[in-house]
Amino acid sequence: MEEKEKKEKIPRQPMPEQAPKVRIKNYREVPFGYLPETAMVEASRCIQCKNPGCKAGCPVEIDIPAFINSTREGDFQGAISKIKEKNLLPAVCGRVCPQELQCEKNCILAKKGEPVAIGRLERFVADWERSQGEASAKDAEPSEMKLAEKAPATGKRVAVVGSGPSGLTVAGDLILKGHDVTVFEAFQVPGGVLVYGIPEFRLPKAIVAAEVDYMKKLGVEFECDTVVGATVTVDELFEQGYDAVYIGVGAGLPVFMNIPGENLIGVYSANEYLTRSNLMKAYLFPEYDTPIIKGNNVAVFGAGNVAMDAARTALRLGADKVRIIYRRSRQEMPARIEEIHHAEEEGVEFFLLATPLTFIGDSDGRLIGVRCQRMELGEPDESGRRRPVPIKGSEFEEECDTAVVAIGAGANPLLTKATHDIQLNKRGYIIAEPETGKTTKKGVWAGGDIVTGQATVILAMGAGRQVANSIHNYLTLGW
Amino acid sequence: MWRCTLYKILEKQELVPNIHLIEVLAPAVAKKAQPGQFVIVTIDEKGERIPLTVADWDREGGSITIVFMEVGTTTQRLALFNAGDHIYSLVGPLGIPTHIDTYGTVVCVGGCYGIAAMMPIARAMKEAGNKVISVIEARSKYLLFWEEELARVSDQLITTIGDGSHAPERWIPDQVKHMVDSGGTIDLVVAFGCTYMMKLTSETTKSLGIKTVVHLNSVMVDGTGMCGCCRVLVGGETKFACVDGPEFDGHQVDWDILLARQRSYQEEEIRSLQDWETWRWRRASQKNSA
Repeated sequence: MEEKEKKEKIPRQPMPEQAPKVRIKNYREVPFGYLPETAMVEASRCIQCKNPGCKAGCPVEIDIPAFINSTREGDFQGAISKIKEKNLLPAVCGRVCPQELQCEKNCILAKKGEPVAIGRLERFVADWERSQGEASAKDAEPSEMKLAEKAPATGKRVAVVGSGPSGLTVAGDLILKGHDVTVFEAFQVPGGVLVYGIPEFRLPKAIVAAEVDYMKKLGVEFECDTVVGATVTVDELFEQGYDAVYIGVGAGLPVFMNIPGENLIGVYSANEYLTRSNLMKAYLFPEYDTPIIKGNNVAVFGAGNVAMDAARTALRLGADKVRIIYRRSRQEMPARIEEIHHAEEEGVEFFLLATPLTFIGDSDGRLIGVRCQRMELGEPDESGRRRPVPIKGSEFEEECDTAVVAIGAGANPLLTKATHDIQLNKRGYIIAEPETGKTTKKGVWAGGDIVTGQATVILAMGAGRQVANSIHNYLTLGW
Repeated sequence: MWRCTLYKILEKQELVPNIHLIEVLAPAVAKKAQPGQFVIVTIDEKGERIPLTVADWDREGGSITIVFMEVGTTTQRLALFNAGDHIYSLVGPLGIPTHIDTYGTVVCVGGCYGIAAMMPIARAMKEAGNKVISVIEARSKYLLFWEEELARVSDQLITTIGDGSHAPERWIPDQVKHMVDSGGTIDLVVAFGCTYMMKLTSETTKSLGIKTVVHLNSVMVDGTGMCGCCRVLVGGETKFACVDGPEFDGHQVDWDILLARQRSYQEEEIRSLQDWETWRWRRASQKNSA
C-alpha cells in the first residue's frame, strides 16, 4: 500500500520538445523523446496490474506491462523485443497512435490522475534500438539490429498490395511465418501514408525507411513503381505464382466539398498538399523539383489529424495566418489531442462551427477568399455527434490565398475496377470478413482503410495482424 | 534490384530542336501499354513526377518510347540524359486507353509532342478499319517529325506549317474546316497536343457537329487518382484527367479552367528554371577554369 502511494506521487514525465516559435521555422520532429533516465522514471509509475486494461486497449495486443517493466529495469533490449513480438513498427506507433483512446485510456492511473505515458515509452525503446544500430554501424564489426526469428520456409508466396501500415504488418507477420513476401507500392518509395501523408515533423521519414529496411533484412521484397490494377492485375499476380494476395491500398481518393470555386488555383486536397510536401519534399523547392504554393493566408477545412498536419505544414511553408475551419465544435474534433495542442501552440487559429459555401477567385483563376456560414449544433446524427445546422443569414467572407480540403478520403477505385470478382459496398470499399479479412475472391484478403474507410495507422495494423493469421491458415490448411 | 536494372535509356534522339525521343527499358509497362496511355516519370531522387505519353512500345523487347518537349526544368534535364543512363522512377501504364472503334473516317490531329503521341492511336484506328487522315502541325517546317511513320499508318497525311513556308497557311482547325468545306465527311476527330490547339479544334468541330476527343495534359502528381491535382471540369462535372481520362469529349471540357490550372506553378517554374540554368553555367565555368 505504502509503495503504491509513493508511485502515484511521481508525475507523468513530460517529453521535451522544440519551442513552438523555433519549430515552425523547420521540419524537424517536434518532440525530442525521453532520455533513458526519464523513461525509467516514467516506467516506474506503472503499477503492473494483474488484469492490464492497457493491453486490452491495444489493437495489436502488445504486452504493455511487460515492456514497461523491462524499461523500468533499464533492460531496453528486453523491452523492444517484447513489443516486437506483436508490433514491427514501434517507432511509428509510438508517434502516431491515438494512445488517449486506446492503451492510455484504459490505464488504471488515468482514473485518478494521468495515465502512464505508454506511447512515449514505446517510442523511446524503439528509438533506443535504432540508435544502437547506428552506433554499432560505426564499429569495425557492426552488430546488426537483432532480427526476429523466422519459421522454416514454406515455399508459399504472398503478394501484398500497398506498403502502408497494414501492408507492412501483413508482410512482417508472414515473413516470420516462413512465407515469401513481395510488397507492391505505386510510389517510388515504400511506406504509403507514413511517407506521403504524415509530415516529417511528426514522423521522420528516416524512421519509416529504417522500419522498411528492417523488413528487407527479414527478406521482404519491395517492388515500387507498381500500380496494381494498371501495371499488373490481381489475377496476373496469381498467374505469376503468388498463392495469396493482400490488398491494403488505403483510402486513396480525395474527397472534395463540391462547392463552387473548388477548381481555383490554390485549392488543394489534403492528399495533394501533403504528398507534395512530404513525399516530394516540396518544402525544399527548388532543391527538390516539386513546387507547392506557399500561401500567406491559409484555410484548412476539417479537424482530423490530416487537417492538423496540413495546417502545421502551411505554417512551416511560411504562412502568416493559418486557420482550421470546422463545422462542428471543439469537442467533436477527431484529431489526436497532442496534434490539436501542437497546432494551437504553433499559432493555428480555430474557426469552429463554420462551413464553406463558395471559394472566391480573381480573374486569373486564383483563390482569394472563401465565403462561409456559421453553424450551430442540433440533434445527434448517426455518428452520435451533434449535427451541425446552418444559421440563416450568418454568411461571412474570409480572405485566403490557399485552401486545403481535409474532410476525409474515400475508396480509390483504380484497383477494384480492374478486379471484377471482388465485391464492394456502395461506397466502393471492399467487403471483407471482419474476423479474417477474406474478400469474396478466393485467395484475396483486404484490410485497413480500403475496407473500413479512413481510420488510424494502428487500426490498419490491427487489421493486418488478423489478415496475416488468416492467410497463414489458408497457406497451411486451405481456404 | 529493380531500380538498378530498370528504366535504362536504350536510345536517345533529338527529333527536332527541343523535342526528344527516348526508348526506355520498362518491361511491365511495355507489356501493357495501349494507345493514349501515359507514364509518370521521375528523373532523379529530387525530381518531380511528370506525366509523359507513351508513343510506342516493344512488348517483346520490354521497352517503351517516349517523345517529349523541353518546357520546364524536368524536361530540360531529361533532355540531357543519354543512352545508358537510368531514370529514377517510371510507373504506368496509366490512364484509360483511347477508345478504339470503327467510326468511318477518323481525323487524327497532332502538334508538338502530340505528333508522336498520336502515332499509336492512328495505327490502332487504321487497324480497326477506319479511314485515317492524320493532320500534323508545326510552327515551322524544320519542327515537323515522324511524317513517314504517320504516313505509314494513315490513309492520308496532311502537314500544316504556321510560318507561311507551306502555302496555303492553315492551322489544324482550318484544315479540319477545309476538309468539310471541300465535301469530306468526318466521323471523329482525335486531338493530341498543346491545349490551345485542342481547344480551338474542339470549338471548330463543335460548330461543325463532329464528335471530337482530346487528350488532356493536366499537371499531375501521383497519376492514380489519389491527389486530385489534375482535376478538370467536363460537362459540368469534376473529373480527374489521370484516371477518368486523359481522353475526354472536347466539346464538354471547360478549357478556361484547364488553362488556368496549367499555370498554377508558373512563378515556381520560372524560379526553378533560373536556378537550374545558373547551376549549369556555374558548373560549366568551373570546368573551364579547371
